[in-house]
Amino acid sequence: MGALRAEARNRSDPGMRWVREHLVLILGILVLIYTFIPIFVVVLMSFNDPASRNVYRFDGFTLDNWTNFCGAEGMCDALWKSIQIGILATLASTILGTLAAFALVRWEFTFRSTTNLLIFLPMAAPEIVLGSSLLALFVSAGFAGQLGFWTILIAHIMFCLSFVVVTVRSRLAGMSDTLEQAAADLYANPRQTFWRVTFPLVFPGILGAALLSFSLSFDDFIITNLNAGTTTTFPMYVWGAAQRGVPMQVNVVGTLMFAVSVLIVVGAELNHRRRVRALA
Amino acid sequence: MSQVAETASPPAGDTTYDGLRLRGVTKSFGAFTAVRDLDLDVPRGSFFALLGPSGCGKTTTLRMVAGLETPTSGSITLAGDDITYAKPYRRPVNTVFQNYALFPHLDIHENIAFGLKRRKVADVDTRVREMLDLVELETQARKRPAQLSGGQQQRVALARALINEPEVLLLDEPLGALDLKLRRAMQIELKRIQTEVGLTFVHVTHDQEEAMTMADTVAVMNRGVIEQMGAPEELYENPHTTFVANFLGQSNLVEGAIKGRGGDVVTVDMHGIDVSIPAARSHAAGDRGWIGIRPEKVLIGDPGEDLDAPGNSIPGGVVTDVSFVGVSTQYLVRMPWGQELQVFQQNTGHRRLYRTGEAVELSWRPEYAFLLDISQDASAGAEQED
Repeated sequence: MGALRAEARNRSDPGMRWVREHLVLILGILVLIYTFIPIFVVVLMSFNDPASRNVYRFDGFTLDNWTNFCGAEGMCDALWKSIQIGILATLASTILGTLAAFALVRWEFTFRSTTNLLIFLPMAAPEIVLGSSLLALFVSAGFAGQLGFWTILIAHIMFCLSFVVVTVRSRLAGMSDTLEQAAADLYANPRQTFWRVTFPLVFPGILGAALLSFSLSFDDFIITNLNAGTTTTFPMYVWGAAQRGVPMQVNVVGTLMFAVSVLIVVGAELNHRRRVRALA
Repeated sequence: MSQVAETASPPAGDTTYDGLRLRGVTKSFGAFTAVRDLDLDVPRGSFFALLGPSGCGKTTTLRMVAGLETPTSGSITLAGDDITYAKPYRRPVNTVFQNYALFPHLDIHENIAFGLKRRKVADVDTRVREMLDLVELETQARKRPAQLSGGQQQRVALARALINEPEVLLLDEPLGALDLKLRRAMQIELKRIQTEVGLTFVHVTHDQEEAMTMADTVAVMNRGVIEQMGAPEELYENPHTTFVANFLGQSNLVEGAIKGRGGDVVTVDMHGIDVSIPAARSHAAGDRGWIGIRPEKVLIGDPGEDLDAPGNSIPGGVVTDVSFVGVSTQYLVRMPWGQELQVFQQNTGHRRLYRTGEAVELSWRPEYAFLLDISQDASAGAEQED
């Protein structure tokens, strides 16, 4: 009887009904909050003016961290190193990976399926394994004293390569070669066919692969740390600084990175919507 | 038959021939021979149709002319030039692809201008506008292909090929993706454009009606060889093989024993009834053959009735099925020898309709019948896919 009456009350209670009807929305908002809280904290902390050694408490608002960006000792050097490595690793792995993807999709050769499989392995292997085996390789090849910028770069190109191949390959595989045949039929020689038809159509895949490479390289800690020698990249700097208390400027870098990602995503979405609207 | 590469290919010969000429062209993919020792002449300025079921080698033939496939053996000449091994971008040939293959990242104007720009022709914009005008798409110039309907995309594909004024325009099932009504409209449109620009069109299709409406010459292809080639009415009225008889329209094929070949007629004993067939329409060797007659050429009447075909009455039929389709009535008539023949009767209003189970007599004029070789499969080409 009581349950029945409670149910009747529930049914008539507008508040409960509202919750029932908007349950999905409410859960969605909760998940979003859960996802974005760390980012919100980073943005907030970039304006923190710590009053004590406890840098993890918001004590007051300041723009100092933004205006005195390179104030944290060694951070800008590390950041610049990471950006340099990121750009070079992205360029090298994107070019090599795109060429490899073309070969894997467009040409029949012996061991093609084996190559396809091998390309996947670095993605599947744990980073700690890749990192330590690379270190072993460098040391046994006699580069023990020269660990640093170049060994990091070589390592990054290696693990970015797989992701580029996989991304570009899926784009290429979804593209029939009829368009290239049509170009050839319309007097385009192989070079013109590539630059006027193939490349523009594969470009979104290549761009995606490049962005992915950069963030993988910029982000990497484990492999980098093992092969860095005395060089310090940004993730290594943050790791080291965290022992004493992360300087506030790290939050500025985090905020900037987040802003750039948002810009890219929003830009892509707007571009996509414009195209969809044009199609309507 | 996997190694046909050694087929002696006769020389392309006469270099003054100004049309498209294929001589002894064979194309094998591994053990499969798609096209077998094909000889073909397409006169300049003609509308030529390659008709056949899917997998008969018609598209492969087209792709060899376009340069997208290389023949295993044989030669292809165009206006006297040997283009057998020329790169696709070096031949004066353009293609309208089956799925149009429009460049999705370029707008309509750029798509149509593509060929001219590659050849660095002057005045591209003016000519593109003229071409857009021809295919009635002036207002769509700045849209992307995906924004157009199927019929419009089809016209863009046509314009993109035509603008280059190729020696030969190849059309690979260009209307296959369109619905029936649009397809009929585009057939007339294509024919109009061909007459207007006067180029050679080679049109590949599996739709016999499409081939017959549009083309001056139709080549019927089956299993990599051309079964018969000629004007549509000639192919229809006087088929040389059972495949052509069944693939182009429908045919009744009745087995008969050849009794005599005298003068310009062949006399055949068809289950006890003597029928005569003009010698020019007899394509049977040996002493037996398939007597062929189109269903609309068969007359149906009451037993003993005097039908319009003196001396050729075939008695003893019983109507087993009647389908009224408006313009005509289609009967199935079981003959004394057990075979069911198809009869189409125009609904002129002068003849009464027959009902299932009625006894009837059939008749046809001897000049409409044809005689085919008994060694051929009577059902070849009868099951069309579309």
